[in-house]
This record gives sequence, C-alpha cells and structure tokens, in this order.
Amino acid sequence: MMRLRTVASAALILSLTACGGATSGAGESTPSAGAKGTVKLAVNPWVGYESDAAVVGYLLEKKLGYTVEKKELKEEISWQGFETGEVDAILENWGHADLKKTYIEQKKVAVEAGSTGNTGVIGWYVPQWMADQYPDITDYKNLNKYAGLFKTSESKGKGQLLGGDPSYVTNDVALINNLKLDYTVVFSGSEAAIIKAAQQAGAQKKPLLFYFYEPQWLFAQEKFARIKLPPYTAGCDADPKKVACDYPDYDLDKIVSKKFADANSTAYQLIKNFKWTNDDQNLVSDYLTNQGMSADQAAEKWVNEHEATWKPWIPAGS
Amino acid sequence: MTATATPPTIQPDGRVVAVAGEGAAPWRRGLTRRRVLWVVLIAATVGAYLGFRTGGAADSDDAAAFRFFTDVRNWVDENRDTSPLFLYGFNYLRLGVRLLVDAVQAGLYGLGFAGLVAAAGAVALVLAGWRTALVAVGGFLAFGFLGLWAESVDTLVLTTSAVLLAVVIGVPIGVLAARVNWVSAILRPVLDVMQIMPTFAYLAPMTLLFLIGEPAAVIATLIYAVPATIRITELGIREVSPTTVEAATALGSTSRQLLTKVRLPMARPTIVLAVNQTIMMALSMVVITALIDAPGLGQNIIRALERVNVGAAFDAGLAIVIMAVVLDRITTGAARRRPAAPARHQRPTAANGVERVGAGRRDRWRAAGGRNRWAVAAGTLVVVVVLAVLPISEDLPHFSFAVPVNELTGWIELHWYDGTEWVKNVVSAGLLDPLEGVLTSTPWWLFVLVVAGFGTMASGVRAAVIAALAAAGIAGLGLWQHAMQTLATVLVTIVLTMAVGIVLGVWSARHDWFAAGLRPVLDAAQTMPSFVYLLPALALFGASRFTAIVAGFVYAFPPVVRLVDRGLRDVPAAVVEAAVSAGSTPRQLLWKVQLPMARGGLLLAANQGIVMVLAMVVLGGLVGAGALGYDVVAGFSQREDFGKGLAAGFAIVLLGILLDRLTQGFHHAKGPR
Repeated sequence: MMRLRTVASAALILSLTACGGATSGAGESTPSAGAKGTVKLAVNPWVGYESDAAVVGYLLEKKLGYTVEKKELKEEISWQGFETGEVDAILENWGHADLKKTYIEQKKVAVEAGSTGNTGVIGWYVPQWMADQYPDITDYKNLNKYAGLFKTSESKGKGQLLGGDPSYVTNDVALINNLKLDYTVVFSGSEAAIIKAAQQAGAQKKPLLFYFYEPQWLFAQEKFARIKLPPYTAGCDADPKKVACDYPDYDLDKIVSKKFADANSTAYQLIKNFKWTNDDQNLVSDYLTNQGMSADQAAEKWVNEHEATWKPWIPAGS
Repeated sequence: MTATATPPTIQPDGRVVAVAGEGAAPWRRGLTRRRVLWVVLIAATVGAYLGFRTGGAADSDDAAAFRFFTDVRNWVDENRDTSPLFLYGFNYLRLGVRLLVDAVQAGLYGLGFAGLVAAAGAVALVLAGWRTALVAVGGFLAFGFLGLWAESVDTLVLTTSAVLLAVVIGVPIGVLAARVNWVSAILRPVLDVMQIMPTFAYLAPMTLLFLIGEPAAVIATLIYAVPATIRITELGIREVSPTTVEAATALGSTSRQLLTKVRLPMARPTIVLAVNQTIMMALSMVVITALIDAPGLGQNIIRALERVNVGAAFDAGLAIVIMAVVLDRITTGAARRRPAAPARHQRPTAANGVERVGAGRRDRWRAAGGRNRWAVAAGTLVVVVVLAVLPISEDLPHFSFAVPVNELTGWIELHWYDGTEWVKNVVSAGLLDPLEGVLTSTPWWLFVLVVAGFGTMASGVRAAVIAALAAAGIAGLGLWQHAMQTLATVLVTIVLTMAVGIVLGVWSARHDWFAAGLRPVLDAAQTMPSFVYLLPALALFGASRFTAIVAGFVYAFPPVVRLVDRGLRDVPAAVVEAAVSAGSTPRQLLWKVQLPMARGGLLLAANQGIVMVLAMVVLGGLVGAGALGYDVVAGFSQREDFGKGLAAGFAIVLLGILLDRLTQGFHHAKGPR
C-alpha cells in the first residue's frame, strides 16, 4: 500500500510535470469517495465526538465491511478536508453557521446529513455544593450578591466567569454587560482548563462560575447546577452585542462531503441514519474516560448491549 | 585564537551568540556621564507617564490589519486550484515532501523492531562511541516497553524527514549567508519571524496549501527548525580561522577548493551542532502538528489531554524526552568526536593549516582508531541486517507510569492547592497587576519614545531604532492592550526565571555532584512537551496568567542555568586562585569576583530566556492568560478570527524583536547570529 503510493506519487510528479500543474488534491491516496472501501471520518478533539466516531466506525467496519480512517483534526480543518477530499464525514457539528455558509452554500463541497439526536446545551454552571449551600444562586438575578465569592487573581476585583474553548459559541461578554452583572469573563482558552477548574471546584469546595456544555463526560463523574438566565426566544441573539438571553439548545448535526453523499453508498446511509440520545453518548464517553477502554472496546460493549438502538441505522439490504 | 578551539555558545532555540564573558570593556568608559543620562531618562519617563497615562481602552475586534490578513487567506482559498503559483509551486512541494516521508517511513518500518533498535545502536556506536550506543539501544527498547513503539517510529519518521530537509536547505543557505553579507542581513528578520511566529497562527492555512497530514506537518516543523540550521551553519563558516583561509589562498586554492577543502571541513563540528539543535527544535513541534493529523506521540498527548489523564500524557511525553536525549547524545558525540582535532587546530600557522587541507581525509582512514571504527561499523551492519530479517515482534511486556503518575498528581492537586493558590495571588497582586497597569495605561507613542531612549543607551542607535519600530508596529497592528498585557506576563516570567536560574547555576558551577544531578532534570524540563504538565499546573494555579508563567518558567530555566553555570566556570582559574590567596571568603569570591566577571554570561542568559519565554505565550492562551496568546488560539479555532490571530502572531514576533534588540547590546552579539 505504502510502496504503491510512493510509486504512484512519483509517477504523478512525472506525468504532471509533462502536462502542467498539480491540483491541491493530487498525489494523495484518495480512493473514490464512498466506494466500498475507505471511509474517512474526522475526529474533533472532544470525548463526546470520539464516542460517535467509535460507534459509527465500529459499525462501518464490523457490520458493513468498510475500512475506516479516523483523522484527528480541529473543527475548521475538518471542513477544509471536504474540499480536498480528505474527509468524508463530520459526525458531531456544533452550529458553525460561518463554516456552513462557506463550504455548503458557497463552495458546495459539503451537505448536511441530519441530526445526531444529541442536544447540545450551553450555559453557565456552578458546582452542586454551591447550589446546595446558596439555593438562590442559580438565578442570574442573585449573582451580583455573590460576586465576591468568585473573585480571583484574574478578575480585576469583580466576580470571575470562566469562559470556554475559543472553538465554541460564546455571548458571555455581552451577557454580562447587558444583564448588568458585576463579573468579568476570564478566557480559559481550552476545554482541559475548564474541566480541571470544575474538578478542583468540586474537590476543594472552591466557588466557580463557568461556561460549560452538555453532552459532556464530566457529568457522569460530578454534579453541576445550571444558572437560569433570561429564557431564549427565537431571534433574541440576533445582534451579538445586545444579547441578554440564555443560549439556545443546539441540534447537533452531521455534515458529509458532497461527493460522499452523491455516491449514496451504504456507508453514507448509515451515517445519515445514525441517531442516538445524550445518555447513549455519555455512556460511551464514560467507557472511554473513566473506565479506560479503547475506542473499539467501548464501541463493542455498547453495540452488544444496545442492538435495538443501532439496528435501524443499518441500511436495508446490506 | 581559532574558532574551533572554543566552541560557540549555541542556544536551545538555535540562536548563536558570542562566547560569554567578553562584554565588560565598553562599560568602563564615561561611567559617570552615563549614570547621569540614565537618571535623567528615568525621571523623564516617569514624568511623561504621569502626565500622559490613559485609561487603557480595550482593543477593537476589527482593525485594518485583521481585515488584511483575512483577505489574504480568502484569496489563497479561492485561487489554490487555479493560480500557477499553487499549480506549479506549492503542490509540487507537497508531492516532493510526501515522497520523502514515504521513503523514510518505508525505511524505518522496513527495519522492523529489532532491526531499528540495532540500527540506532550501530549509528550511535559509529558516531559517538559505545556508551552512547548503550543509551540508544536502551532508549529505543524503552519505546517498546512503554507500549508506544509504532507511535514513536511515526514521530521519528516526521522528525527525520524534517531534519533532512532542514539540512539540505539550511546548510547551503547558511554557507551563502556567511560569505555574502547582504544575504545575511536580509535573512535575519526573516529567520526571526520564522522562529518566533507561533505555529498555531499559520497551522490552519498550512493545511489549505499542503493538505491534512504528514506533508503539512513536516513543512510546519521545517519552518520552525530551519532557522537554527541556517544560523549555526553561518556561524560555523564565519568562525573558520582567516589565517588558514589566507594560507590556503596563498597556495593557490580556488574558491571552490576553499569551500570544500577548508571551510566546510573546519566548520564540521559546528555544523553537526546545527543538526543537533535542528533535531531538538523539530521534536518540540511533535504535539502541535498532531492537531492536523500528523501521526505519532503527539496524538497520544492530545487525546490524554481531552480526557484529563496526566498519566497517559506522561508516558508519551517520556518517550519524547527519551528520543530527544538519544538523538542529542548521538549528535553531540558526533560533534566532539574529531580524532586529534584540537591539537591541530590550536596553532593555525600557515604550513599547518595547509597541511590539513590535503591530509584531512587520509588522516581519518589512517588513524588506528578510525580503522577499528569501520570494522565495528561493518560488524554491526551485519547484525542489523540479520535482526531486521528475523521476525522479532515489538511485543514486550508493557510498563506504564500512568497509574502512579495519576495518583501522585491527584494527591498533589488535592493537598497543595491552598499553598499554590496563595503563591499565585501574591505574585499576581504584588508584581503582575501593577506592572500590567503601568504598561497598559502608557500611550503607545510614549512607549515607543521610551524604547528608543533606553535602547540607545543600552544597545546603540541602530538596535534602538529597530526596537522602536517594532513597538510602533505593534500599535499599528491594533493589538496594543493585549501586547502590553502579554509583555507584563513575559517580564515577570523572566524575573522569576533569572532568579531561580542564577541560584541553581551558581550551585551547579560550585558543586559538580549538583551539576551532574541537575543535568537530567534540565534535559527533561526542556524536552518534555509542555502539554503534559499543563494539567497539574492548571489544577494548582487555576486558569490564570500565573499558570502561563509557570509553563514559561519550566521551559526557559534550563538554558539560563546552563549559561550561568558555564559563565562562572569560564572565569579563569588563575583569577579565582588569586582572590582566594588574597583572603576572599567564598561569599566574597562569588559576589566580588565570579559574578562580576561572568556578567556577560548572565546578561546573555537573560536575552535567551526572553526568547524562550515568548515561545510559551501561545500556551498561555490555552490556560487562561488571555491577551495575544488567546488571540492566536482563537484565530486557529474560528474562521472569522483568523485575521486577528495572525496579527497577534506578528505582534508576538515584534515583541520578540523589541526585547531581543534591547538586550543584545549587553552581550555584543552583533556579529553573526
């Protein structure tokens, strides 16, 4: 396989030199998308996504006989992969309206493949012990009363709201301004930073107000309480500077490359049919993180125990 | 004296600087007038600051520079399948790199487990002797014992490919730069940008040009590592003794003969050091390129980070440290192993120098030791081939440090928290906040003037003008506030690094047992990917600027310790003896003799520390330090923030140039770098 590719790309260089120009996809081993063969799944760097990829990959390989190539990529680079033919499918997409516009509407290299059934919840959370100790803290109107608890070395004398990974949607700065909260956003910059802070807040009983999201494997380990912000209504987040309402629930969806969809293989149909609940995903994530299983072990265990869930995903006649 | 007799000081980031301990002379002239000038300058700065300070308005999200970079990106995106620049340029580049990676991969995997272990041992034996060979065999076996064999080989493939390219490209450019001054002058800022620009800032567009996977990873690594190759090669060629060159010229050597028979052979030890530094730089890119699907140990670390599993990250990090140590010992061994070279180099009389020209190659063959070495090499080659053919599997019993490491960090995180939080709060409130307050409330034009003024005093007019232009450039990018916040964090990190580095360096210079014990710690601190110790640091210090300071400190203190150690050890023994016989106590000896005489080395350590700390600014963006680091990370994650991210990357480069030029006057590194 590898030798073959070497020879092939050498031959390509020669032939292309003769007839002029190499396009951006030339020379990579790209079996025609969707043919019974290889399915290239992007794996974005969070555990929930890995669970999707583990189960879908397992079914593709074991039940439909495909070869699955998993590519560990950040979100935006996965979308670029649709264009260069290096990615067939993204299994858990959180919104990303800008990318949809670029790659689905303008470049027409990707298409939507329906919901994963998972609901993405974004919100502000405190550790459960705080909600027990200060029962009224879960209403945003009382947050100012407790601002002093959340002071840190980074928050310039105000309360600290720990912000999330820059990959995710956030209205936190506008929310604090528009709800007149005596807080400031400290950008943690990575998922690991928030998770670690949340774990310490539980273990050390230290106050923490943070931006977080579900489905998330940490919820299988520890309890956090969500702060009630003014309820979301359609369009209340239209102007990012004037947002004063909670985050909407995200319908997490699947995106596939246009070529892959057009080929309409059984692999595409399986990915299109794939749909499960937050609990299903959290269970597989729990296998991966807290029980230390590999992706294949976790998928095998889940698949063996949940035949009723995945049976309908398998395309008829395969 | 000839250059080869005293090897140049070469920094872990590949910068080359003059030999320590030569910087004291000009400071003696006009001392009092200078002091008065300093006082006046400081008073004027304080006065102007009090008169003109601002409220420090936040940076806008939409500056001309951000839009410009976004437009460039969009242009590339639209034209990369039509523009000849891509059709005939970048795409062939990628195909070529793909060929190279595949060839190296086929070679290393073809050897098999036992074959590769034996080959590593054989290479080490031939290049660096049997001790290093043992280290190499032990190290490569350890990859198997850690259960990370395939990942380690993948990482080795990428590193080898990038280093091969860096040598093929970097050595000729380095030679050219050493011979043609204007090439060198043009290259310097380009190399600065390549080296300081955070990889995060260009990783996403990289995959547009070179696709996802190995070629893009190799090219990203190359961009970061090749400046070291070029700079050190240039230094090596420049340091070839002019007397030798003259003698060879007088005897009628052509310029080609001069290069291949005199300059290159004489610069060989330095060029091998260039390879050594290139390897170290390339290895430090392993983790980041995993984000564009480069295979290898980096992926293990990224995955462990997602699961907040320090232990798993530690195993992979340890494999990287082992690989770095093995490759470092092999190449430094190769650089030293020049049979009888020092004796010949010490008296470069004309006759002597010319004799070398012809005799060099025969010498090596004739030396008895040399013949042995080739016999040994032939023997090991046979062993390697046999082992490569035998089907020995890498399925060794596995040892993992994951469980003990997780337990230990868990315990520390639980019990040390109150203490570490106290340290963080004290440093933040006492040092970081006031400094940040002053810097962010200084109007940019005043800052530029102050840089120009103090720069002229410290480093001369030319360096000051460049530094001031860099400061003005930061303002022009529209990231003034963020740059000043980052600067405050960087300065505090430097102070901390210097304080600890000097104490440890002094100890290590005075006690050999301490130096010996410290060396593996320094090696590990420098090569362990910072992503590994990020999690415990986050647990102890929270998402804060102080966590970034800790990460920067761990990365930057090893070279400082090494430079201080070396600076003190370079103080001539005669001077120390004289002071002791004059009745100095050990304390007086240190404060009155050794430290003042090692001043050049200390200031050099500060300069190098600054550059290394800047390399960690982006990491700070991942742990809550905000400012420029966060801008770069956000630019990598969100398409619409790309322009701002790249602008922040350039702002970091400008900060680096500013600090480098301000401190360079201290150590007289105006020569080849």
